Amino acid sequence: MAEDSPVLQMTGISKQFPAVRALSGVDFRLFPGEVHALLGENGAGKSTLIKVLTGVYELDEGTVELDGSPVRVTSPHHAQQLGISTVYQEVNLCPNLTVAENIFLGRERTTGPVVRWRRTRREAAALVAGFGLDIDVSAQLGSYPLAIQQLVAIVRAVDLNRVDGAAGTKVLILDEPTSSLDQDEVEVLFGVIRRLKSAGVAVLFVSHFLDQIYRVCDRMTVLRNGRMVGEHLVANLDRVGLVRLMLGRELRQLEELREHERAGSGEVVLRAAGLGRRGSIAPFDLDIGAGEVVGLAGLLGSGRTELARLVFGADQADSGELTVAGETVSHRGGPQATIARGVAFCPENRRAEGLIPELTVRENVMLAMQAARGWVRPVPRETADRLVAKYIAALDIRPADPEAKAGSLSGGNQQKVLLARWILTSPKLLVLDEPTRGIDVGAKAEIQKLVVSLADDGVSVLYISAELDEVLRLSDSIGVLRDRTLVAKLANGPDVTADQIMHTIASGAQP
Amino acid sequence: MTATLTRIRQRDWRRLSRHQLFWPLLILAALLLFNLPFTPNFFSIGVRNGHLYGSLVSILYFGTVPILVALGMTLVIATGGIDLSVGAVMAISGAIACRLISHATDQNSVSLVFTAMALALLAALAAGLFNGLMVARAGVQPIVATLILMVAGRGIAQLITSGFILTELSRPYAVVGGYAAAVPTGLFIVVGFVAITAVLTRRTALGLLVESVGGNAEASRLAGVRAQRIKLMVYVFCALCAGVAGLWNSSSLGGADANNAGLWIELDAILAVVIGGTPLTGGRFSIGGTVVGALILQTLKTTIFTIGIPAQANMVFEAVVVIVICLLQSTDFRRRVGRLVRLPRPPRQRQAPPGELADAGHGPAIASVSQESVEATS
Repeated sequence: MAEDSPVLQMTGISKQFPAVRALSGVDFRLFPGEVHALLGENGAGKSTLIKVLTGVYELDEGTVELDGSPVRVTSPHHAQQLGISTVYQEVNLCPNLTVAENIFLGRERTTGPVVRWRRTRREAAALVAGFGLDIDVSAQLGSYPLAIQQLVAIVRAVDLNRVDGAAGTKVLILDEPTSSLDQDEVEVLFGVIRRLKSAGVAVLFVSHFLDQIYRVCDRMTVLRNGRMVGEHLVANLDRVGLVRLMLGRELRQLEELREHERAGSGEVVLRAAGLGRRGSIAPFDLDIGAGEVVGLAGLLGSGRTELARLVFGADQADSGELTVAGETVSHRGGPQATIARGVAFCPENRRAEGLIPELTVRENVMLAMQAARGWVRPVPRETADRLVAKYIAALDIRPADPEAKAGSLSGGNQQKVLLARWILTSPKLLVLDEPTRGIDVGAKAEIQKLVVSLADDGVSVLYISAELDEVLRLSDSIGVLRDRTLVAKLANGPDVTADQIMHTIASGAQP
Repeated sequence: MTATLTRIRQRDWRRLSRHQLFWPLLILAALLLFNLPFTPNFFSIGVRNGHLYGSLVSILYFGTVPILVALGMTLVIATGGIDLSVGAVMAISGAIACRLISHATDQNSVSLVFTAMALALLAALAAGLFNGLMVARAGVQPIVATLILMVAGRGIAQLITSGFILTELSRPYAVVGGYAAAVPTGLFIVVGFVAITAVLTRRTALGLLVESVGGNAEASRLAGVRAQRIKLMVYVFCALCAGVAGLWNSSSLGGADANNAGLWIELDAILAVVIGGTPLTGGRFSIGGTVVGALILQTLKTTIFTIGIPAQANMVFEAVVVIVICLLQSTDFRRRVGRLVRLPRPPRQRQAPPGELADAGHGPAIASVSQESVEATS
């Protein structure tokens, strides 16, 4: 493979933005039929490099060669014509159209002005089947889970170039394709990637999940601060070496994270008895003690988020009883009722349900406290400034500018803004749904440390994560969900392993 | 030396031109100046019959209705909604007041006038409550919910006036749409309402909560904001503004015309809000911008009148100017034009490229660095 000539060769790429040099002299190459990981912390330049490659940005210096001949990619459309297709983290398709319509959007199969629907559907079905997927192409895309939508996006991207006898996709860029997929779905995606690989497509894979990179990638390029710091065969670089390369320093934070000691106090902060909601999650019992971290494990769609939303009152329960700090909470009370009793909630989907992107960091941080006080009693500006400055410093939110638009922050910093918003209200129970998803290793460790220190201060935490290791490391007890049912509750200890939890998820029985 | 000076001037210019009110105010000033060649004494203010008199005064006088209605509309639009029923609410409020006054034996009784106005405003509040409940509680789309009253409301107003144009001759009521101490009463009303709105939204937390609901309703709800209540409040407030505008309108005309009172005012109000820099998608709003936006529209109408555009060309001329104004407000358009003619550069985004910000994972860190260094250099 390495003996072949690269399908893509980028040499000495530099990109200067008005105040920052995003890329300086980066070399990058891709061989046909390989899966190549592009790695680096947030802000290392991965995005910029991809955007230069796909024609979103113009490069300042350097050359791009495709199949040995220099090219100048002028626009994303041009990139597609050249055989460079991209699938982004967020699915950029139309959920209200059918799968077939989405695949052929913008290049419908037509005779004159008439769209040939039957042919469209037939071809779409063939394409989808070719990827080993079993889905109905005449169903609305939105009726499928996110994972399938992601795969449809890949089918579309790869097929884009087969029109009019063009050469077909040479380079497929997958930007964080797995961040919203569960284990099974990742497997299906990997199947598709391997298929593409054997068809000679060069796949550029960006992911935060190191496990996945070691499973599916052949080679990796690491960026740091806009510079290329290494290109290695995956087989030749172990994880510790990789993390060291990415961070440029010894990563001790993750390992040093103290195993949280079980809080002995018997006080129950939250008790759910037979709490449930039809079509969302089966009735469950759950007790959370003061200072206890309860982790929720289970596959995507197993009911983790649904459980958290019921506990917070984001959705209305239709059975059972919820008690917070000894008081029964009405099902009709909504979030205000639980917030008033000291429950806080950082939702899974930060952008859609957490942040108000166009408001400033200060306004976002103050929002929950202000909402609790009501509009007539504004928090005085000096108090707000002082509090916000304190939490920006304490959580290391960057940029440390309270007047920055929250939507312009990176994922990790947005999460910190949400955490600050709730910590400000001194909650008794913090419900965190996937707080570390899609954020870089450093911020991840900081957030995990924060959870531990909050629990040490007596704050209870309900912690949801798709990463079992994370749940195991942080939780005092672990609730396992399967098929929208809380199937097991385990006390965490040295003898509880990821294998055991996976077994519980698979079998659904108490071990 | 000169190089440094120009650099400083450039920076000040950029900061100035980045201000939210910069373009609206510039357009307003240009429109006002445009009148000078046609009406040499355009800026002079005199006293005639004991009140202030002049083109500027008349702009302010006739600006009362658009400013009031646009004020309420601003908050509604800031929550991501829209209120089409304001014209109908104006008609209802005017009809109720005029009916009560015209049927009374002593039209000049001050207590009668106050009662009539109070009942008219009560009806306006009820209309706002209906809109608010439809939007916030029943979850009907704002444009549909307020369309109901836009159509039905005018019918209600006609029922109140029994289909006639009701005239009244009350002297105390005439003060509302007339002059108080030489100054148009409408000016006091407008200044009062603008001040109250500004204080309500910026001195309390109402503005923040409105902007957060408009920016992301679901996130606001999950942060504990009573989004329903906020929405209800803005529709009620908007209807109140329209009700007051209806009183002023009927008073200045000396009667209520259910068919024509406040006709198409909703469109002018929406336009004023947008020209003032509040996006129709909700979120950030600007009260000052709305006032300037409404003044721009009113000045434009006055200008059309004073420069003698033929009556049949009025609408077309107004439309063309509005299009030009909207284009001038568009950063993208200014950038393109600026590239062509090297005019004053439009405000640059502080962060480098827009695409970088939209990206979830990677870009913003770069943007943040750029922001820091921008601050370091300035």
